[in-house]
Amino acid sequence: MVKVGVVGASGYTGGELLRLLLVHPEVEIARLTSREYAGEYVFRVHPNLRGLTSLKFERPRLEDLVDKCELVFTATPHGVSSKFIPRLLEAGLKIVDLSADFRLKNPEDYPKWYGWSHPHPELLEKAVYGVPELHREEIRGAQLVACPGCMAVASILALAPPAKAGIIDLEKIVLDVKMGSSGAGVKPSRSTHHAERYGVVRPYKPVGHRHTAEVEQELKLVSGGDSVRVAMSAHAVNIVRGILATCHTFLSREIDQAEAWKIYREFYRGEPFIRMVKDRKGVCRLPDPKAVVGSNYCDIGFEIDRHAERLVALSALDNLLKGASGIAVQNMNLVMGFPEDLGLKQPALYPV
Amino acid sequence: MKKTYCPECGAEIEVADDVIVGEIVSCPDCGLELEVVEIEGETVKVKVLQVSGEDWGE
Repeated sequence: MVKVGVVGASGYTGGELLRLLLVHPEVEIARLTSREYAGEYVFRVHPNLRGLTSLKFERPRLEDLVDKCELVFTATPHGVSSKFIPRLLEAGLKIVDLSADFRLKNPEDYPKWYGWSHPHPELLEKAVYGVPELHREEIRGAQLVACPGCMAVASILALAPPAKAGIIDLEKIVLDVKMGSSGAGVKPSRSTHHAERYGVVRPYKPVGHRHTAEVEQELKLVSGGDSVRVAMSAHAVNIVRGILATCHTFLSREIDQAEAWKIYREFYRGEPFIRMVKDRKGVCRLPDPKAVVGSNYCDIGFEIDRHAERLVALSALDNLLKGASGIAVQNMNLVMGFPEDLGLKQPALYPV
Repeated sequence: MKKTYCPECGAEIEVADDVIVGEIVSCPDCGLELEVVEIEGETVKVKVLQVSGEDWGE
C-alpha cells in the first residue's frame, strides 16, 4: 500500500486520477490539494465521485506532502510543478508529474516551445519520459516520471514502430490531431463556452503546437537518428473526451501490408494497453476515440497509400486517461513495483 | 485447434479441429475472409474469399 498525494486535484486530470486511485487496491490517498476549493468536499467538484469518498480538498503545503506521502501526482498548470518538485525530490518522495515541466530533455526547448526558461534544468536528465511502451525499465527505477502530453503520446505510439523500423522519411512527418473539449482544461474561456464550442471543427493550432517537441524528441530516440522534423496541426472537434491522431508519413522504401503488420506486432507484442485496429469488418475498422473513451487503451492502425507512397498511421486514445491520468497510474504501478495494469483494466464505455 | 496464417497480414488463425474444406474463416486481426481449400493433418490451407464488399463509405 502506498500513500499518495494529488496536487491540483480539482482539474479534469485530477478528477480522473481520484476516480482511478479511489478504487486502486494498493493506494491510500493521503493528501489532495486545491487552492481554489480548499475545505470543500471532493464530490462537489467531481460529482461522479459522490458516495465514494468523503475526502476534502486541502490547501497545498509542501511539508504536509513530505510528512504524509510516499508518492505525489502533480496535476498543475505548466510552469508550476518545476518550482516545488525539487523540495519533494530532496525529501525522497517519488513524483509522477502530469504537466509539461519535465518532459523535454533539452533546456533550450523550454523557451522555444513554452516561452519560459526552466528553473531547474539539472533535473531534466533525472526525469524519465513516462511512456511505458518506450521507457518501461527506466520508469521502474525512477524517482521523477514526466507523463507525456496527450496529443504527443497518441502521435508517438502511432509512429514509433515505423520510425524504429526505418521505413518512413523522418524529416517529413505531418500530424493531424483532433481533440475533445476536455483537453482545454477546466478553466472556462470565451472559446470554450458551449455556444462557441458546440459543433466546432476548429483548427485551433495549425502550426507550432508545443507537443511537437516531445514527438521529435522521442522519435529521435526510438529511431536512433538525429534528424526528425514533425509538423503538427491540432483541431478542436465536437466530443468531450478523446483524441484521434492521423499521422501522415512518406515511405522511404516499398513495403506491403504483411511487413507493416509485422513491424507493429513485433513492437507492441505483449503491451497491455495497445490494441491494433485495422479491420475489414465491424463498426470500428480503424482507430476511433469512440471505442476507447473511459479506458487506458490506445488503439493503433495504419493504411498504406500506394498512390502517394504514404504510410498513414492512426491512433485513438482518451486524452484524460492514456493521455494523462491513466498513463500516470500506469507509471505509478511501474515505479512502485505493482502489476502494470493494476486498477486500469476497465474496458471503454460504449456507446458514448 | 488447428492453425493457419492470414495470407495478407500474417496473423495466426485458430481453426476448429473439425473444420471442413469450403468453410469460411475470418482473420481476427484484419478481418480478411478466407476459404479453407485443403486440410492435411494439422495443416490447413486457405485462400482469400472473393466476394463483393459492402460499401462503408460516406
